[in-house]
Amino acid sequence: MSNFFTDNEDLMFALDNLELEEVTALKEDDYKYAAEFPHAPVDFNDAIDNYRRVLTEIGDVTGERIEPRSRTVDAEGPHFEDGVVTYHPLTQANLRDLRNAGVMGVMLPHKYGGLNFPNTIYTMMTEMVSRADGSLQNLFGLQDISETIYEFGDEEQKDRYLPGFASGEYDGSMDLTEPDSGSDLQSVRLKATQDPKTGQWHLDGMKRFITNGCAKVHLVLARSEEGTSDGRGLSMFICESCPELVVRRIEDKMGIHGVATCELQYNHVPAQLCGQRKRGLTKYVMSLMNGARVAIAGQALGIAEAAYREARKYAAEREQFKQTIDKFPAIYDMLARMKVKTVAARTLLYHTTKVVDLRQGYTHIVEHAKDAAAIPQEARAAQKKYSKLAAVLTPMSKAYCTEIANQVAYDGIQIHGGTGFMRDFNAERYYRDARITNIYEGTTQLQVVAAIGGVIQRVLEPTYDELAALPYDGALDRMTSKLADMRTKLGEAVEFVKARKDSDYQNLMARALVEMEIYVLVGYLMTRDALKDRRREALAEKFVIDAEPEFEARRLLAMSGDNTTIDRHWEITEY
Amino acid sequence: MGYTILVFVKQVPDTQNITGEAMKPDGTVNRAALPAIFNPEDLNALELGLQLKERFGAKLIVGTMGPPNAAEVLRESLYRGADSTILLTDRAFAGADTLATSYALSKCAEKIGNFDLILCGRQAIDGDTAQVGPQLAEKLALPQIAYVEDVESLSKKKIRARRSIEGGYEVVEGPLPCLLTVVEANEPRPANAKNIMRRKKSMTRSELRKAHADANYTDAEMLVDEEEKLKAKGLWIEELSAADVGAEESRIGLKGSPTKVKQIESVVLRGADFKRIDPSEDGINALMHELIEDHTLG
Repeated sequence: MSNFFTDNEDLMFALDNLELEEVTALKEDDYKYAAEFPHAPVDFNDAIDNYRRVLTEIGDVTGERIEPRSRTVDAEGPHFEDGVVTYHPLTQANLRDLRNAGVMGVMLPHKYGGLNFPNTIYTMMTEMVSRADGSLQNLFGLQDISETIYEFGDEEQKDRYLPGFASGEYDGSMDLTEPDSGSDLQSVRLKATQDPKTGQWHLDGMKRFITNGCAKVHLVLARSEEGTSDGRGLSMFICESCPELVVRRIEDKMGIHGVATCELQYNHVPAQLCGQRKRGLTKYVMSLMNGARVAIAGQALGIAEAAYREARKYAAEREQFKQTIDKFPAIYDMLARMKVKTVAARTLLYHTTKVVDLRQGYTHIVEHAKDAAAIPQEARAAQKKYSKLAAVLTPMSKAYCTEIANQVAYDGIQIHGGTGFMRDFNAERYYRDARITNIYEGTTQLQVVAAIGGVIQRVLEPTYDELAALPYDGALDRMTSKLADMRTKLGEAVEFVKARKDSDYQNLMARALVEMEIYVLVGYLMTRDALKDRRREALAEKFVIDAEPEFEARRLLAMSGDNTTIDRHWEITEY
Repeated sequence: MGYTILVFVKQVPDTQNITGEAMKPDGTVNRAALPAIFNPEDLNALELGLQLKERFGAKLIVGTMGPPNAAEVLRESLYRGADSTILLTDRAFAGADTLATSYALSKCAEKIGNFDLILCGRQAIDGDTAQVGPQLAEKLALPQIAYVEDVESLSKKKIRARRSIEGGYEVVEGPLPCLLTVVEANEPRPANAKNIMRRKKSMTRSELRKAHADANYTDAEMLVDEEEKLKAKGLWIEELSAADVGAEESRIGLKGSPTKVKQIESVVLRGADFKRIDPSEDGINALMHELIEDHTLG
């Protein structure tokens, strides 16, 4: 009997302590929906009670149903024949269970049949689904597509697609990557042409590495402006599966075996424009990707949780030298680090999702107001504030969660020793599944590019002011003085890098600076949480103790002013 | 909504996850030590009912007999898609064996009336008797199909069902109305999020009273008003007493239960030494002989 919500104290702590009052009131429009929709909450307590009940149900579905199927799904995967992808019967059972549980349109508004839950709660589900089966998240997580149609599609498109997404009748895919356009999406070539007589759009070209490319509904990034070669020539389109849209092959991957990753050929596929022309990449895909990045962070965290638990269990049972191996310092340190990293990642992730939810809430007020003059000044200010914060927190979360997931899964195998190398145990699967998370939806290197601006501008300073002002005592006080010191040093390092006015040097040191920022922020967040629950004090302490030398190493690097790598990397790699 | 289907379910102690002494010294089950759950095969019966609703159109009424907190399994049924629910509860029902239980349920079914099908789980994990379903059919003079895995077809006049038998299955047909007992042959669906959010507020009359007493409401009109509101929203769990269903006092509860528990024995299963049997004619013969002597065989 396992329930992936109720057996996870840290996740329940997050729900209890995030203080989601503002988020929920924004989402439910001050609980006005309750009059119209019988399931909509009447107040905050009702909403939180809904979240807890639904999370508990999904905890049961993931723990009792999905997890036991995951090994077979990984071993056997989907089937591809004659251009048709057929998911494994157990994957189909997983999707049926999630559909019956009514969680295929978690964030969609009530109006379209969704649950109208905040991103925070959706991410908690993401985490549990991924802990049960990393690959299933790639299907569950496609809800971001319907979110994008909701945000940018016209009324007709919303009515046409959203109820089907909410019920789980429709599935989606986001068709962005091409053989020659991976990280550099500005170079996308898939051609969109409009019939001058009918106004009908058609798509021609190739897409590659498309998760669930066999979907019914596709969001496609395509070049609608002939003669252009940059991001401003790209628009977003919606098309449906049809004979002109051919799945050429599915990839044979290292991990996330349960989901089909497709190569698609578009042979004059009829399509509709979604949103405005030329804003495909600059606005819509950026928004889609930001949502997807949070989801991938959740996926990575779920896999890390699974890997940690498996290692913890193994270490408590495995005896060597007449005692269980978790009694040895080298092992218990590894376990404690794995645990602290997982908790730290969760802390950062839900801090981020809350900000994302607030940004969405205020953006909705500002952009959907009937009368622009009636928008309260506070709403505008809040939108600006949370947009800025989300822009730095989202890539930081994605980078941190996916990198620690790899580290935890790696150590998970190490704790298992030779056993972990064998397919009989889950440890190797977690390792394989984790490996893609810091690559797709933007590599860690690209997350650094996205986050560094906010680090240089010291966007998080007001957050630190708030966190540093809390009434810490004892060990927590000692930790926060360390963190205050790190915060000062981070400011100095940023100034140092800025002062060199050398873009190569700044790009080279960006990762060090972003990671330093993560250590300071997460350190504060964990210390704050320890104030709420004293049993978390050791977790915070371990995090800060482990972070200190890591921070210092990066500080030395950033402050070195050394140009060897820039000047001589060629000599090194070519030797 | 062509058919009306009654599903009778039971709240049982979770015998898989025992958290203390399972039995009281007097030989009855210590319910306090065991978390209460939805009897597993009753979930299969409910699932079959939901599938029939999807396939043929039906109104699904779920009923249970039990203490007031058995309303929880009714809410669970609502979360999965039941249309309405009935709680048969009365102190006089307490201590019922299968005879008294099936009598009480038959009175409840008669009270509801106009149904096409009754579905029950094959058996409950607390008593493992598998008697209540068949007894209920007898008392209502209904044809019954026990050990049902699935329904192949349903028409206004008859039902064709697949029932599990040793080594396989058989397909049988019966006229409606009819009672089926259902085995663990389908996978019960999870609770639905939207149903949870809406129907968590479902209440029985006792629960409504309790909620209001706690809030210091004493005005009876207020209760009637609230009740009407809940009914209008589909959030009312009908609560029926022995008198409501016209059950004779002598036939329900402990009084109506001829079953007497003589003795309870705590059997602790332990792994014992193994015995090696020579894989030869002689070895097998010796084993057969031994088993016959033990009255294990023959």
